[in-house]
Amino acid sequence: MSNIKIVDAPEGLEGSGFFATSLDKAIGLARSYSLWPLPFATSCCGIEFMATMGSNYDISRFGAERPSFSPRQADLLMVMGTIAKKMGPVLKQVYLQMAEPRWVIAVGACASSGGIFDSYSVLQGIDRVIPVDVYVPGCPPRPEQIIDGLMQVQHLAQNESLRRRNTEEYKALLESYKVL
Amino acid sequence: MINNESIVEEVVGQFGQKVFGFEEPFGLLTFTTNASDLTEVVDFLKNHPEFKFNFLTDIAGIHFPDNAGGELCSMCMIHSWENNIRVRIKVFVPIADPKVPTLSTLFASANWMERETFDFYGIEYTGHPNLKRILNMEDMDYFPMRKEFPLEDATREDKIDALFGR
Amino acid sequence: MAENTLILPKDSNDALALNVPMVEDKQYSTLNLGPVHPATHGIFQNILTMDGEKIVDSEQTVGYIHRAFEKIAERRPFYQITTLTDRLNYCSSPINNFGWHMTVEKLLGVKVPKRAEYIRVIMMELARISDHLICNSILGVDTGAYSGFLYVMQEREKIYEIYEEVCGARLTTNMGRIGGMERDLSPTAIAKIRDLVFNSFPKVWAEFETLFNRNRIFRDRIQNVGAISSERAIAYGFTGPNLRATGVDYDVRVIEPYSSYEDFDFEIPIGHKGDTFDRFMVRNGEVWESLKIIQQAIENLPEGPYYADEDHYYLPPKKEVYSSMEALIYHFKIVMGEIDAPVGEVYHAVEGGNGELGFYLISDGGRTPYRLHFRRPSFIYYQAYPEMCKGLTISDAVVIMSSLNVIAGELDA
Repeated sequence: MSNIKIVDAPEGLEGSGFFATSLDKAIGLARSYSLWPLPFATSCCGIEFMATMGSNYDISRFGAERPSFSPRQADLLMVMGTIAKKMGPVLKQVYLQMAEPRWVIAVGACASSGGIFDSYSVLQGIDRVIPVDVYVPGCPPRPEQIIDGLMQVQHLAQNESLRRRNTEEYKALLESYKVL
Repeated sequence: MINNESIVEEVVGQFGQKVFGFEEPFGLLTFTTNASDLTEVVDFLKNHPEFKFNFLTDIAGIHFPDNAGGELCSMCMIHSWENNIRVRIKVFVPIADPKVPTLSTLFASANWMERETFDFYGIEYTGHPNLKRILNMEDMDYFPMRKEFPLEDATREDKIDALFGR
Repeated sequence: MAENTLILPKDSNDALALNVPMVEDKQYSTLNLGPVHPATHGIFQNILTMDGEKIVDSEQTVGYIHRAFEKIAERRPFYQITTLTDRLNYCSSPINNFGWHMTVEKLLGVKVPKRAEYIRVIMMELARISDHLICNSILGVDTGAYSGFLYVMQEREKIYEIYEEVCGARLTTNMGRIGGMERDLSPTAIAKIRDLVFNSFPKVWAEFETLFNRNRIFRDRIQNVGAISSERAIAYGFTGPNLRATGVDYDVRVIEPYSSYEDFDFEIPIGHKGDTFDRFMVRNGEVWESLKIIQQAIENLPEGPYYADEDHYYLPPKKEVYSSMEALIYHFKIVMGEIDAPVGEVYHAVEGGNGELGFYLISDGGRTPYRLHFRRPSFIYYQAYPEMCKGLTISDAVVIMSSLNVIAGELDA
């Protein structure tokens, strides 16, 4: 017996031989369960991501089966660990190389705010160089928390309008980060 | 049996007034030498037939702002595996002209350790093959580990607070 | 004085703008291995100059996660530095924690009770196992054998469960206190350790070894790759498993025993060629030796107190804080970091996961260290990498890097 659970279909109109729903929802569903994360693991949180990826926690169960190390094919940038100022431009470049739609998770205190490293060399949160969708607190966060962060992104992917990334608001956000 | 006394005896016998300030904090022989004699002293200890200080454990900089004329200290620690004895050698140089001869001619591992010390304290290791910043960005214009520079990141605004801020 | 402004990329191609040298009509290509590369397992850049697939030269850039540990340490009371040491080599945090505690204890002249020392040994060896386990299984992943990683990760989770039982955290453990352990080993912890070292782990590790040690594909990938002679290794400051793979039996646990290591009977596995295979095998062997040490320690765990009588640094029990005046005062002073340390200059080394992890501490009698320097083994031996991968191919460069076990946190401090 398999205990695989198949996700519920989105809201829609169902009849014999057809199912009608909005494109947003269908695509959101597909996207959210096939997120390809780019593990941008710099330090300690990267080791916890290893545990998340490993056999006990197994992030693949959430559709993130394939860690994409190439930014070109990644949907989700998972920044795990301290980002020093020296690393900031590299991070930004990775973000620029990603195709839309792209989401960013800041995993851990360092990526979110600089954490305990309030020092001259550490970037005080990656949101100073790139926009962030989900922050996962913890130093380091437990694998459950990282998975919860991923599920938050799934939630975003399911519920956002396909046109959100064409909106003025989104463009202004990117403009504020000098990304375009 | 090699012990701290025999090393002191031998080193003083060889270098006389060039080595001074002998002490033994926690049993670890520590002495000071002049910048110009450092390579010679380390070379002597390394190639000594009995001592055989074959391993460079560590190089670290230290900043003593109040020690006029010798504000910066370059400490190197060598280890004789055969005799299991360590020696710490210090060199004090003025902050205006912090020049210390490199040990990378004797130990390949000194290369990055000296680059790190240069990066942190600005101690210039003369004769070093590639003396440039290693950990910090190359366009950094100060030496962050010197005591006068602040630890905190100055770009952070959220901590500026009358009650809980800096 | 520094204008501490945020530096943004001037040009997005800045990081990639490299010179391609031309020598004798021969064209070399430049390959950027890192900072973002699946095989670097951490953030460091190697700019490889390639002749076809052969590596002619390489230049490393490190410092991508430089976090200024040494500067931060100058502003923290002694007990708060433990949290920094966690993040040095985060694969084996307890070794770093206890190494730091032992350094301060040496400065203070504190004698730690036997039981605390044994508990420390157990935890440090568990940490060494988890460190080597990651290194070797990731070496497998880099050569294309993913299953070994999945097997041993389950065991690593068990080690993390033990950490959680002992100190409450999984990875950045912050274990122990200056003067001993913050709590005794609970019966659950002892049961878990016993189960791990006597039952589950030896089986899994034997299985891991059968999967890899004589695996033809794996051995073809790593044998005779990245060899370094013992003379060069010593010159480059190698310590730990990477040095022992070259045939030198230098181990801080034996040469300068700390924390009662002299009580235990264990061997130092050594290799003879110093290639990637030897490094792999030395780490495998060390895992068995660590298991032996833990088995001895848990069998002979002495009774008695688990912390030293050190009022000025070891926090008093909570019950006494609420009921006695002295305990309350000490608790307040410790927590507020108002204890003046004695003047002194001390170096203490422990055998970390990657080699001699040293703490060079100068105290000027203040509440914080005047200077604290970490001797970080990864930082020192990683500079040999260009020499090791010269003349080899990219796939070799990847396995060499993996087998050196360069931990970015330790590399960049």
